[in-house]
Amino acid sequence: MEQKNIYIQDLTRGILKENPVFVALLGMCPVLGVTGFLFYGFGMGVATTLVMIGGALLVSTLRNYIPQQIRIPCFIVIIATFVTLVDMSLLAYQPALHEALGVFVPLIVCNCLILGRLEAFSSKRPVLRSVSDGVGAGLGFTLALVLLALVREVFGQGTILGPDPESAIVLFGANYEPIGVFAQPAGAFIALGLLLAGVNLFMKRFNI
Amino acid sequence: METLLSIIFIYIFVDNFVLHRFFGICPFLGVSRKMETAVGMSMAVIFVMTMATMVTWLLNSFVLVRYGLEYLQIVTFILVIASLVQLVETVLRKISPTLYQGLGIFLPLITTNCAVFAVTLLAVRMEFSFVEAIVFAVAASVGFSLALVIMAGIRERMEMAKIPDVLEGSAVTLITAGILSIAFLGFQGMLSL
Repeated sequence: MEQKNIYIQDLTRGILKENPVFVALLGMCPVLGVTGFLFYGFGMGVATTLVMIGGALLVSTLRNYIPQQIRIPCFIVIIATFVTLVDMSLLAYQPALHEALGVFVPLIVCNCLILGRLEAFSSKRPVLRSVSDGVGAGLGFTLALVLLALVREVFGQGTILGPDPESAIVLFGANYEPIGVFAQPAGAFIALGLLLAGVNLFMKRFNI
Repeated sequence: METLLSIIFIYIFVDNFVLHRFFGICPFLGVSRKMETAVGMSMAVIFVMTMATMVTWLLNSFVLVRYGLEYLQIVTFILVIASLVQLVETVLRKISPTLYQGLGIFLPLITTNCAVFAVTLLAVRMEFSFVEAIVFAVAASVGFSLALVIMAGIRERMEMAKIPDVLEGSAVTLITAGILSIAFLGFQGMLSL
């Protein structure tokens, strides 16, 4: 029982209490850059989570063999390998998503969330705990992306599940004039700022 | 000449790396609290970005493309940046201690600055020539510095301001960045490549 608890703790910690975006402000570039549409935000979240899990698995497996002095370059090479895999798989199975995310897919390499979790957690813990921590951090990151993308798409475009016209659901009818600024880069900053304020308020109220 | 000038103008104002493309947000939020650190970080970024773009551009055209190894771009570029930063740090410490004292603490932070990585990748993907790539790197890093320095100026003034409880810290910084980005929206569509 005690044993199981640790894993669940590792898993849930990253989702709300230590959410990488809302609490630690890590990996902000993709958070702001790809959240124009819910689909893009979710895709980016999943891609990052996959790299996170792969990195955590490999780093904690090899943690006793990686020399202390050159651990950061080693981590970066491991992350870059998984990013290349994800990049190629996206290109093969989801070409439209790959096109839309553009340079932000290779940029997962520089996501400080991944390097941070590997350095702080996976390089010192056994494999299973590292993987559950990786899943947790990835899910927390995806949650933040999805929340922000939802706000931006609903107000900035007036749809959900766009930009593909087949799956897009128009929310407010034809007379709705979207708030253009939310679709613009400036709106990403402002929406995230307001979202952070909302999360702060929520956490204070419920004492998390 | 025309292209070079438009690259400079576009990547400083129209397509600003921080405020329009969202590269390098972490240092933008992290080191913009004081003007002094912001200027130091800017100088380090201009230096490393230009060097990194030169090296990766040459490496890409003369090694990777030549031998059909383009799929190794991500791994190679990030390794070049990481080792370049290390090299610059060592060389600077040896030949110019004063400069090292100014830039030293910022150099390790640059490895995870995605703006640097983005510049090297975009220079290759947009098929710039060597000279264009260098000009692109300089313009992008100057644009980054401009945003960083303006933000530091604003934040220094905001320290005295009274801010609502829930907005304190990163929330108000992000909203400020948003307003700054709206100001840069004025350049939108002025020029394109």
